[in-house]
Amino acid sequence: MTSDQQLTAYTLRLGDNALVLGQRMLELVAASPELEEELANANLALDYIGQARLYYSYAAEREGQGRSEDDLAFLRHEHEFRNLLLLEQPNGHFGDTIVRQVLFDTFYQLQLAALLECNDERLAEIAARAAKEVRYHLRHAERWLVRLGDGTAESHGRAQQSLDHLWRYTGEMFVADELDAAMLTNFDGPDLELMEGEWRRAVAAIVSEATLELPDAGSMAGGGKQGIHTEHFGFLIAEMQHLPRSFPGERW
Amino acid sequence: MTEKEWPLYEVFIRTRAGLSHRHAGSVHAPDDQMALDNARDTYTRRSEGVSLWVVRSDKIVASDPAESAALFDPAEDKIYRHPTFYEIPDGVENL
Amino acid sequence: MYTQGLDQPGNKGSGAASEETAEQLAAFQARIDAEEKIEAKDWMPKAYRRTLIRQISQHAHSEIIGMQPEGNWLTRAPSLQRKAILLAKVQDEAGHGLYLYSAAETLGVSRHQMVADLLSGKAKYSSIFNYPTLTWADIGAVGWLVDGAAIMNQVPLCRCSYGPYARAMIRVCKEESFHQRQGFDIMLTLCRGSAAQKAMAQDALNRFWWPSLMMFGPNDANSEHSAQSMAWKIKRFSNDELRQKFVDVTVRQADFLGLTMPDDKLRFDEEAGHYRFSEIDWQEFFDVIAGNGPCNRQRMEKRRKAHEEGAWVREAAHAYAEKQAARAAA
Repeated sequence: MTSDQQLTAYTLRLGDNALVLGQRMLELVAASPELEEELANANLALDYIGQARLYYSYAAEREGQGRSEDDLAFLRHEHEFRNLLLLEQPNGHFGDTIVRQVLFDTFYQLQLAALLECNDERLAEIAARAAKEVRYHLRHAERWLVRLGDGTAESHGRAQQSLDHLWRYTGEMFVADELDAAMLTNFDGPDLELMEGEWRRAVAAIVSEATLELPDAGSMAGGGKQGIHTEHFGFLIAEMQHLPRSFPGERW
Repeated sequence: MTEKEWPLYEVFIRTRAGLSHRHAGSVHAPDDQMALDNARDTYTRRSEGVSLWVVRSDKIVASDPAESAALFDPAEDKIYRHPTFYEIPDGVENL
Repeated sequence: MYTQGLDQPGNKGSGAASEETAEQLAAFQARIDAEEKIEAKDWMPKAYRRTLIRQISQHAHSEIIGMQPEGNWLTRAPSLQRKAILLAKVQDEAGHGLYLYSAAETLGVSRHQMVADLLSGKAKYSSIFNYPTLTWADIGAVGWLVDGAAIMNQVPLCRCSYGPYARAMIRVCKEESFHQRQGFDIMLTLCRGSAAQKAMAQDALNRFWWPSLMMFGPNDANSEHSAQSMAWKIKRFSNDELRQKFVDVTVRQADFLGLTMPDDKLRFDEEAGHYRFSEIDWQEFFDVIAGNGPCNRQRMEKRRKAHEEGAWVREAAHAYAEKQAARAAA
């Protein structure tokens, strides 16, 4: 790939993260533990879907092949999506979604902070918008993590279990592949090695405030960046893409 | 087991600098911090707010409408509140 | 329409409570007649308070349950823009439910109690949400017809006599305008699309037309509560008036879309200036209100499940708040 193509592919990957997480949040509609949380969840999902559209539109433009944001979302095959495996995990209970949010948003916030300094103006602009939204999401999720961890014995147990189960998906965020390397070298983008340290410190702090235990470093899952997903992804994509694929070429 | 409800908070929003806060409605929340988050998510979804105040509803002290006659007595017998009571000499402007 | 459950035989409503004097009731009515707003702590007849609590809470429950039929299609929306717009609409509905629960709480009922009444089946919600959304076109039909009907009802309520309800309705109406347009736009795109898409739109209209008309409640002749509610200005137009207005407006919109109304007796009455339509199948209406519509059980199950599965979360937040208070006091 040329370095331009690498930037395009990287942008597409950012879109995949946002879309997959947004899609998971949609499944939570009408299932929140309280009405106020319905609004928070919808707000969050809207932000992620919005970000996905911005990333995809930009990637499609850069590609110059006449594809649209919808072509990228609805007509690519499973292995072409390069999202983090963490985000395609099923929702589980509220503890799972909060832990997922904290683990991902802590990373995403650092990623965006680096991207808004990168030397691609358009990407930096998108990152600046997203950063404002993610700061709010992370704060809300952290508040919940503390309340769950330091709430009742039941909530503490559930939150700890969520953390233990999702931990194996966190390593992938910091394993740099050629696109990450290209972003760092050619575009002044995120330095995953630096970010990992900051991420660990931030996560350790919030986990401690929540009176929870940081899981032991175990083996880490990977493959998302190469398009090798977990079994859950097929179902997510099938549901999402069903209608456009059933009516090829139609407008909605 | 009867579940304890999250307390009710009243929400006040200032939509633009220069205006005062106006009552927008209420939200339930387990504590003050979450009340601010909930108020923001509910009442400022279309960026309608610059500043948010939340107050636990049970902390608000209110007048009793039945007492309004006593509290808000008609101003007829307290004429000094009306600008027309004061005689302004000729030649003084802007009063 | 949010009083569908009230207009049932057997719902006697109250006679005047003996502690309410004729003078008090007359003074109250005089305030109403003068278009004064009644606020939370003002004196009000018990029946006024009770009717409002039921009407506002039913309205709130309707918004919340209404999130489900539309929420069904969020993960399957056929474009990112449609997905985002539908999500914004569903989010608005949650917000509207919240504003309305808030308004009802000013009358002395807790949200806790209202939710408990919904989950136990004691409280009603609008019948329309007991119908399934089977295709993407149904999402268009729901926005166009159901929100269209709701708007007819809600705009007059912005002038209802009870302050908190009127103010909540003003907020709701401001946000509502895009909901109906969104639905109509979906229908328009489908009707201008392929034959299969147009057939999808026609099928949606066929299934949602009559349930939409039922949203307005029984005929005026069979609505015993209406007269008192109109006198108290918590209902501004009669069921039949609103339903007629809806038909007149919507038939023209269907013509524009090139769709056929599922009513072979539909005729424009030149003299009266209104569309005449077939008698509604009131048996279906009563069945659905009584809990036997296509989706009543699943709507309630989903709502109950969310509430039960959320109990540990709500408790955790509560426990944390208590711990923090104890720490601050120590």
